[in-house]
Amino acid sequence: MSTLPWIEKYRPKTVDDISYQDEIVAVLKKIISNDTGEFPNFLFYGPPGTGKTSTILAAARELFGPELMKSRVLELNSSDERGINVIREKVKTFAQFTPSGHRSDGKSCPPFKIVILDEADSMTSSAQAALRRTMEKESKTTRFCLICNYISRIIEPITSRCSKFRFKPLSKDILIQRLSFIAEKENIACDRDTLVTLVNCSEGDLRKAITYLQCASRLKLESGCIKSSDVLEIAGILKDDVIEKILDTCSTGSFEKVEQCVQNLIFDGFSCNQIVTQLHDVLIERHDLNDAKKAIIFEKIACVDNDLIEGADEYLQLLDLLVLIMKQMK
Amino acid sequence: MSLWCDKHRPKTLNTLDYHKEQADQLKKLVHSEDFPHLLVYGPNGAGKKTRIMCSLKELYGPGVEKLRIERQQFETPSKKTIEMTTLASNYHIEINASDAGIYDRIVIQEMIKTIAQTNQLDAQTQKSFKVIVLTEVDKLTKDAQHALRRTMEKYMNSCRLILCCNSTSRVIPAVRSRCLSLRVPAPTADQIAMILKQTCKTEGLNLPQELANKIALKSNRNLRRALLMCETAYVAHYPFTNDQEISEPDWELFLRETARQIVQQQSVDRIVQIRDRLYELLCHCIPADIIFKGLLKELLTICDGQLKPQIVEIAADMEHKMNLGDKQIFYLEAFVVKFMSIYKKHLEFSLAGCI
Ligand SMILES: Nc1ncnc2c1ncn2[C@@H]1O[C@H](COP(=O)(O)OP(=O)(O)O)[C@@H](O)[C@H]1O
Ligand SMILES: [Mg+2]
Repeated sequence: MSTLPWIEKYRPKTVDDISYQDEIVAVLKKIISNDTGEFPNFLFYGPPGTGKTSTILAAARELFGPELMKSRVLELNSSDERGINVIREKVKTFAQFTPSGHRSDGKSCPPFKIVILDEADSMTSSAQAALRRTMEKESKTTRFCLICNYISRIIEPITSRCSKFRFKPLSKDILIQRLSFIAEKENIACDRDTLVTLVNCSEGDLRKAITYLQCASRLKLESGCIKSSDVLEIAGILKDDVIEKILDTCSTGSFEKVEQCVQNLIFDGFSCNQIVTQLHDVLIERHDLNDAKKAIIFEKIACVDNDLIEGADEYLQLLDLLVLIMKQMK
Repeated sequence: MSLWCDKHRPKTLNTLDYHKEQADQLKKLVHSEDFPHLLVYGPNGAGKKTRIMCSLKELYGPGVEKLRIERQQFETPSKKTIEMTTLASNYHIEINASDAGIYDRIVIQEMIKTIAQTNQLDAQTQKSFKVIVLTEVDKLTKDAQHALRRTMEKYMNSCRLILCCNSTSRVIPAVRSRCLSLRVPAPTADQIAMILKQTCKTEGLNLPQELANKIALKSNRNLRRALLMCETAYVAHYPFTNDQEISEPDWELFLRETARQIVQQQSVDRIVQIRDRLYELLCHCIPADIIFKGLLKELLTICDGQLKPQIVEIAADMEHKMNLGDKQIFYLEAFVVKFMSIYKKHLEFSLAGCI
């Protein structure tokens, strides 16, 4: 039995296996098919779990074969120290020798090396500046592929030197297709309903969806088939009646009850982010609140979301929000 | 002699007293070789750590209980040396990277990668991977959390991470989406009362139900706290009586008194006195967010109903700003001063209304 978790087990092995990102796949396939082809510096950007890392790794493997992968491809990600010096030294040493155009099996391969800078948006801008100079200096022997979630965090001199590809959040159909493929391979029963729930919980992030699927199959399989409710539980989504109860408490207008309710939610360990997101989804549909009141509540929700990201305390933020909702419901 | 809360800590998944269904799930998970990284979250004293240790035991056997303390040194790019203390068995290692403060990223990069790259120490075990338990991940800087991302994917063959935290809001989505999240709710008051009774029985003591309930209610659904309270009560007075006093931690009484003083008088002199008291709490390592919540709770019980929403808003705002700033005392004090001002105005206004 393989001990690899499914996200690794089912990571695309070839560029052809990459779903949905047709533009970049077409470009890479062309490069792979005539291996002298121009290989520009690439910049891949887009939300998590859309195939960015998989794409470049698959392309590199196809270009160089498994043997040369180590000597031709340097992968630096946010788990590596990437200060200015490291960028200069490591990349320089790596790029030093001009690589040949042949593999040991006699096949030809492109005469350059690839440096992959994954999660590049967590590099400081001074490190990015150093990178830019290195990119210029080593351009004869080395190609770069930068990967990030937010292109706005990459300095302009770099973005202008790369050919940029946006990775779209995967469409529902594609997600369902991949998930049912994996479910079939793993021999687990999973009906359409469950697949749809999986997709809804994972916001176009296939990594998340696969992790949920695997967890559900490991935790819940006694009934023989994975149910929607299992997926909801694993994704940490609160049951509808819990959210209803929170709003009912707010509508009593009793400060003490709201305070108690928040205390209990925290004791129960619910994620405050998740509560806020779901409150938003429910409130937007409520007919007993007029638009002006909704606007006030949603502005607060936006602030609370921001403050939580900045490290504010969950109890205080949630209490603040629910007290405001209580006032608006009067 | 060890404290009850340590002595009676369950050691296997089978003997966990509450959330039994979750314990069963963990067991299944552990036995499937390909289990993913875990993110275990929930409030303090809910039993996260106990659950993790039980799972490790299920995974590797009793060897995980043979722990040793290790010290490792790192050098920062600015040539400063930091020392980290870790707790390890042959199968797993436990690290609190946030101990390294702003250098936590280096710890993650150096330490975790090295551990992840080396293979299982003990070839005897059937498991091909070891486990790294990272506590307080919500206290890690964003940089350090980013440093975890690709490590989590790249070395999955040789290691699994178990991340542990109170609040998932402070864990970046990229890390969250690489884990199976497991929520561990705090035990309910009833569950706590039951465990207290059981613990006393094992100790050969008789704990009356009423007292058990009383302690459970005062424990804030924190089992460790409940057991400590119960043990203190036992030392103070045995046989137990139902009307026996349950002592609360000193700092909580101190905080309550501080709140009383704030409501009693609003003046510059009083602000200076309160500042001393806040310093006193901070010096005793009471975390500032706990002080915020404690003060707010006490002030809310004393002040007038119509002021409450405004006071909550100020507390939330100041605590948020505190996280962005440097000096905690400023924000605590700003909250106190704002409260005083609102409270005083309200008093004067209602007095004027009476005349
Ligand atoms: N476009 C895609 N086609 C096929 N599988 C994908 C695709 N995108 C993501 N995946 C799956 O999700 C996992 C994570 O993908 P990855 O390439 O690491 O995402 P990221 O964009 O965050 O770098 C992979 O293991 C793979 O199984
Ligand atoms: Mg990636």
